[in-house]
Amino acid sequence: MMRAIAFMLFLAMLACGGGPAAAERLVVSLSKQQVAISSNFVGDELVLFGTIEPDDRAAAARSAYDLVITVTGPRQTLRTRRKQRVVGIWVNVDSREFVRVPSYLAILSSRPVAEIAQPDILRQLQIGLGNFLLPQRIGSDIADTVNDDPFRRAFVHLQIQHGLYRESGSAVIFLTPAVFRAAIPLPADVPLGNYAIDVKLFADGKLAARTNSTLEVTKAGFEQYVADAARDHGLVYGLATMLMALLTGWIASVVFKRD
Amino acid sequence: MQIYLPIADMPVNIFLVLGMGLAVGYISGMFGIGGGFLMTPLLIFIGVSPAVSVASVASHIAASSFTGAISYWNRRALDLALALMLLAGGIIGTATGVWLFTLLRALDQLDLVIGLSYVTLLTVVGALMTYESVRAVLRARHGLPATIRRPGSHTWLHGLPLKVRFKRSKIYVSAIPVWTIGFIIGFVGAIMGIGGGFLLVPMLIYFLRVPTVTVIGTSMVLTLITMASATVMHAATNHLVDAVLALILMIGGVVGAQFGARTGQKMRGEWLRLLLGLLVFAVGLRFAYELMVQPDDLYSIRYVRAE
Repeated sequence: MMRAIAFMLFLAMLACGGGPAAAERLVVSLSKQQVAISSNFVGDELVLFGTIEPDDRAAAARSAYDLVITVTGPRQTLRTRRKQRVVGIWVNVDSREFVRVPSYLAILSSRPVAEIAQPDILRQLQIGLGNFLLPQRIGSDIADTVNDDPFRRAFVHLQIQHGLYRESGSAVIFLTPAVFRAAIPLPADVPLGNYAIDVKLFADGKLAARTNSTLEVTKAGFEQYVADAARDHGLVYGLATMLMALLTGWIASVVFKRD
Repeated sequence: MQIYLPIADMPVNIFLVLGMGLAVGYISGMFGIGGGFLMTPLLIFIGVSPAVSVASVASHIAASSFTGAISYWNRRALDLALALMLLAGGIIGTATGVWLFTLLRALDQLDLVIGLSYVTLLTVVGALMTYESVRAVLRARHGLPATIRRPGSHTWLHGLPLKVRFKRSKIYVSAIPVWTIGFIIGFVGAIMGIGGGFLLVPMLIYFLRVPTVTVIGTSMVLTLITMASATVMHAATNHLVDAVLALILMIGGVVGAQFGARTGQKMRGEWLRLLLGLLVFAVGLRFAYELMVQPDDLYSIRYVRAE
């Protein structure tokens, strides 16, 4: 079955053509390119399939591949706040703004990233949560801080807890030496918008090929209708909600009427 | 069964929310209050953001107070003139509250202000109610009438100008304290997501000497109008009212309120006030605990804007 899928992917790749002019070519395909949030949405898991096709003999001789898949959600500006005790109560005293950071970030690889390439390569390609650029507004500057900055660490930790950031060294599984699959988990409160999926192939610790894909998360049907109404027609939406409240109250008093 | 809330942007268990609506509705029916001071914290507890909770609970309270108001109206235990006079202050209070709510959200201190308001208001009101009702219970036990104050006694409030006569409640008071009380209730309601019934009823009794016959019905009409307008204002300015969440809460709330009202009618007034006082006080302590005990994580993330 997997081989059949791989073969189809391979055909799809041939049909599309293109790709980087490298020793290897990467072709990936997502189980779906659009995730629709309807009223029964409780999170989802996408599957990414891919094949590695060696283009020349030198590449064909190589067999030890590593893959790193980076999924980034729509950018957001978020504020990380720190509480401190002030006259007996815990108050947010200090905060740092993280500017244009991904609302969702998954770094999935076939091995722990530290084993895949040298630290400078990892940093340059932003592989691993520790190497991913998370710019903060510090005074008038916007810059990423060192890895163990307490705000950065707390930010990443909280995002991991919420299931929005993740790093997994075992999420990409090779089905054959040239065919792989990876599961991309989306939490229930997944941010809406366009996602970018960046797939990097490493051979002998060096970037050998790279390709990308996109994914869109949208509200669908009723959910979308309600959200649009609330945003675009606030007053009408408010009046409708109020009427709904009155109607519910009235129905209850009729149903439960006692004499 | 999970349902995804379109504005809160999260799935919730529909039966859990329905159950919360029923439980809070039961309490609200029993004591003749809206129950927002219980519902808003419960929603925050299950993970709904404080802002969405406050805005959505407003419509839930509007529904349950409308049911209550209808039954009091049918029993003629409702002073519409007094309610409308309170409302004049209430609308301005609600508008001021929604404005401050928006401002505090921008300043990142909304959670703290909501927390602090809950602590002060609930512990103080809860303690006062408990104290008053314990005395009433003790007096009743000694065979004395439960109420200490005579309805005819006057305070300085009765010396203020702009006097108005409210026929149904049989009181003759200045409009100034009536407007002020309305303003306070509207303001507090908009910021804390509460109808303020548990605050309004004692205020009407102690400050304006409104007789017990009309006080709850009148309070419900005021709650209804302030919460209905808070719903519209929150929806128009902050876009945070989750209609799906509100609907589930309402359905649970109105059903629970019917059963609560039956239990409430079987209990003596002072015992009812004692229970409510203890409940209010306990919720206040719960908030105080949250503010004073070191949180598990000192850091938290706040959404600023999409890019």
